[in-house]
Amino acid sequence: MLHVANLYKRYGALEVVRNLSFEVPAGQCFGLLGPNGAGKTTTLRCCLGHTKPDAGTIRLAGLPVPDQAREARVRVGVVPQFDTLDPDFTVTENLVVFGRYFGLSKRECLARVPKLLEFAGLADKAGSPIEALSGGMKRRLTLARAMVNDPDVLFLDEPTTGLDPQARHLVWDRLKALLNDGRTIILTTHFMDEAQRLCDRVAIVDHGALVTEDAPRALIEREIEPVVVEVYGEGIEEWFAQHAHAASSRAELAGDTAFCYCRDPEPLMKTLESKPELRALRRAANLEDVFLKLTGRDLRD
Amino acid sequence: MTEAALTALDERARHAAHAANRWRFVHVVRRNYLVWRKLLGSALVGHLADPLIWLVGLGFGLGSLLPSVGGLSYMAFLGSGMLCYSAMNSASFEGLWSAFTRLKMQRTWESILQAPMTVTDVVVGEWVWAALKGTLSGVAILAVMAGLGLVKSLVALWVLPIVLLVGLTFAGLALIVTALAKAYDLFTYYFSLFIMPMMLVSGVFFPSEQLPKAVQYVAQALPLVHATALTRGLVVGAPLDNIPIHVGVLVIYSAGTVLIAARLVQRRLSK
Repeated sequence: MLHVANLYKRYGALEVVRNLSFEVPAGQCFGLLGPNGAGKTTTLRCCLGHTKPDAGTIRLAGLPVPDQAREARVRVGVVPQFDTLDPDFTVTENLVVFGRYFGLSKRECLARVPKLLEFAGLADKAGSPIEALSGGMKRRLTLARAMVNDPDVLFLDEPTTGLDPQARHLVWDRLKALLNDGRTIILTTHFMDEAQRLCDRVAIVDHGALVTEDAPRALIEREIEPVVVEVYGEGIEEWFAQHAHAASSRAELAGDTAFCYCRDPEPLMKTLESKPELRALRRAANLEDVFLKLTGRDLRD
Repeated sequence: MTEAALTALDERARHAAHAANRWRFVHVVRRNYLVWRKLLGSALVGHLADPLIWLVGLGFGLGSLLPSVGGLSYMAFLGSGMLCYSAMNSASFEGLWSAFTRLKMQRTWESILQAPMTVTDVVVGEWVWAALKGTLSGVAILAVMAGLGLVKSLVALWVLPIVLLVGLTFAGLALIVTALAKAYDLFTYYFSLFIMPMMLVSGVFFPSEQLPKAVQYVAQALPLVHATALTRGLVVGAPLDNIPIHVGVLVIYSAGTVLIAARLVQRRLSK
């Protein structure tokens, strides 16, 4: 459904995307993960034909991009990172006006509205002005708007940023429903739980280049030890210097917390028995651990 | 064939038709029209009442002191100038403040581009829409002039395409400024340093023949003086020659500015 090969994009001296290649088969959910400034949004913009790449080839829904990007977008829905709903229109008007841009008549749009609103959990908001909606409702309306042309492919740029847990779960639930319909989803996110939950495959990008790509489970198994022990409390530095490296395969001290990655956590836990002032949290490794291992803990602003 | 397959075929055909047509910009015009209709009250006051008050106020006030300007009653002279001024103003405001709000604050243009629409569709839609608003303002002045008995013949109706052309000219210029703007304050500069001085040298309030020759040459290179010459000739029967030149200048400005605006917006949005 989407093929990206050897994509390059630079802004002035800054290489934002460097030799990025990936492929998303129909019906899959593909996650583009990376810290801020990794080139995720630029990559999406290239895929949709909004930005011309400096090199590389893109095919979206069988059509070459950017040459036939407009035609490709007939089959595509987009949820942008920032809210672009029309504040001058009601919920229903937003959907109808947007449907017109796809060449749909007012009647066709109106016929689709009830289903779209039901899908978005906004059935009772049909006539509401946009300013009366909460952040979560606006996101869901944006998602409904992206569905107005009944697309085969959906692009979502950080679909749940800024939402509370209830609203996020509702959005995830809707996205799963779309995947069950057989639609293809390409999303960017820096929430690893979101990626782990939704994506069949994820690509981790950093500084514009692909770091690794696989199914989330496979990445965790391949890239990292299965158990993580987080230790914090009084005297953590001393304990860390003494035991952490010896008792785990990899350990790092970030701020006041030690992260110890182990195959077998028992020896590590033993060293903690005599230290009641230290608190330990033992958990299974997740995608976030992989992400931090591969992209580092430094802040990106 | 199954119903689903038929629907899919039908849909493909419709999308093909959609792709082929050059009228996609109409969706943008329509979107703006729907918003305008909602805010009709303030829109009408702002763009119609203002120039009407000026026309009647200045026309009666100054007009009683000036028996004849360029062979016309001052009211007739001013009215035909106001017609252009009003069209210019409306189209400029729409192409500057309103368009910039949709470009930057509301990201309306970006959202339209997520659909199978192009930057050219958006810019042409905004251009035509702003020009239509200008035309509406001009037509309102024309109606008042007719009510005051200043319009002598049906020849005046020829002014309609001219007002549209005036709207397209200033909409195009405004969209260039909008494409370059980082914030609203650029528009104040544009109005104070370009529109206002041009207005004073282009025969809106007094004949430009009063001015030094050098200033007149500069004015000839700008669009407004050609617009006032045309409307004055068509609406109140002032002597009118060089029609092709006047129309030509407006056509060149209209087409040239919209092409430049489309390029600039493309560059801005493809970053």
